[in-house]
Amino acid sequence: MKKQIPILIVFITGLVMVLQYFVPHATSEFLFTYANDFVIVIGILALPLGIFSLMRGTVIKAKRDPRERFYAIVTIAGFLAMVIAGVQRSQFTTPGTWLQNMFSYVMIPCQATIFSMLAFYIASAAYRAFRVRTWLATVLLVTAFIVMLRIVPLPEPLSGWNSAIVQWILAVPNMASKRAIIIGVGLGAISYSMKIILGIERGYMGGDR
Amino acid sequence: MNGEGQAWYDRLLNIDRRWIYLLMAVVVIVPAIRPFAVPVGISGEVRAVHDFIAELPPGQVVHLAIDYDPSTLAELHPMAEAILHQCFAQDLRLVITALSQFGPAMADEIVTRVAAEHGKQVGVDYAFLGYKPYPAITILAMGTDYRVPFPTDYYGTPVDSIPVMRDIHNYANVACVISLAGGNVADMWIQYGNAKYGVPVALGVTGVMASDYYPYLQSRQIFGLLPGVKGAAEYERLRNRSGEASRGMPYQVTSHLLILVAMVVANIGFIAQRRARAGVR
Repeated sequence: MKKQIPILIVFITGLVMVLQYFVPHATSEFLFTYANDFVIVIGILALPLGIFSLMRGTVIKAKRDPRERFYAIVTIAGFLAMVIAGVQRSQFTTPGTWLQNMFSYVMIPCQATIFSMLAFYIASAAYRAFRVRTWLATVLLVTAFIVMLRIVPLPEPLSGWNSAIVQWILAVPNMASKRAIIIGVGLGAISYSMKIILGIERGYMGGDR
Repeated sequence: MNGEGQAWYDRLLNIDRRWIYLLMAVVVIVPAIRPFAVPVGISGEVRAVHDFIAELPPGQVVHLAIDYDPSTLAELHPMAEAILHQCFAQDLRLVITALSQFGPAMADEIVTRVAAEHGKQVGVDYAFLGYKPYPAITILAMGTDYRVPFPTDYYGTPVDSIPVMRDIHNYANVACVISLAGGNVADMWIQYGNAKYGVPVALGVTGVMASDYYPYLQSRQIFGLLPGVKGAAEYERLRNRSGEASRGMPYQVTSHLLILVAMVVANIGFIAQRRARAGVR
């Protein structure tokens, strides 16, 4: 019964929610809203689990490797600082509070900096990867060159030609390939969901099949 | 070992990547020292968003979903600012949400600042509902009633007591949703907002994400698309105002030029190397 009950719950719930989508009755809408509330509640319950895992992993890493201790202290101190600062609701909505200042002057610059460093890696990757090794690689190189060129101000009529070519690339071959990927991913998601509902895929039970 | 006896093309192809990093740093600093204007053409997908909002009468409602993190702030913040300026200038009412966990404070700052420039008041001219977890669930719930996921706004005021929200209950009461997203929340607006509830959706996304959404543009699941800094610069040009995006375009031009030159130089070396090796054989 240890395996059968969860599979039965998933089957009944999955079937009900699939049917609910197509039933435009008030009871169906109520069921949908009620189920969504449960999803949020279960998700919130996962939050302390995530925090515990983070803290435990950080402490274990600090115990094992002395070089990691400084970073572990920074991680835990930063976490506690934001939690303590954010206990009061007013810290979120009043300008100039501890939480707002830590967010604006630490978090935002750090996140923006991490993302900005990609520019350096992309330049280096473009130097090493975009080479005319094969015909397909050449097509990729030429396409990337043309698409990137649209940012650069060119004299007319080059600018007009480049814009038209880029629009064609985005609207025809790019769209065709993206559409194929989207449909493939969608079909894969449907297939995977059906396997979960029918009990074929049981990864949610901890890999026990 | 480092270059002695190596042909010029081998040295070129094996250049230390730190030289490339240094060149990138230099080209990014150049526009800061010598700024220059970049002419920006207007694309159809950007004009579609602008014209849709421009045709809305005063008092109509636009839902602006600021669904990005500080990591994508450089590309998407200018879009948010340009759209907020246009909506407030046209006396449109705004419902604003921030479905990214790091976004609410950032969204609050920009909305408060732009609203103050136009003399708009929170609760009267716009409502900032804030953040709720699970974007898909929140988007679906807002289709039933905004009050389901957001019983109070970001500041703790009950939504029922907010004047601007009195006749706004769900997507049927808004003209469109404009989602500025740096992640897969954009897909959720298409799947749940547009597909289930039929609300017109436009997207503002980062440059690298933009090419993924052209299929939705062609199938009219979204009515407009703002791609990255260039899209934001085009929008600013349509508004006849120079903002962060227009000021950021020179940096894009110089860094893109460096990458283009790097591609050409690398291939010159590669072709020379291949010919030399073919000659040896």
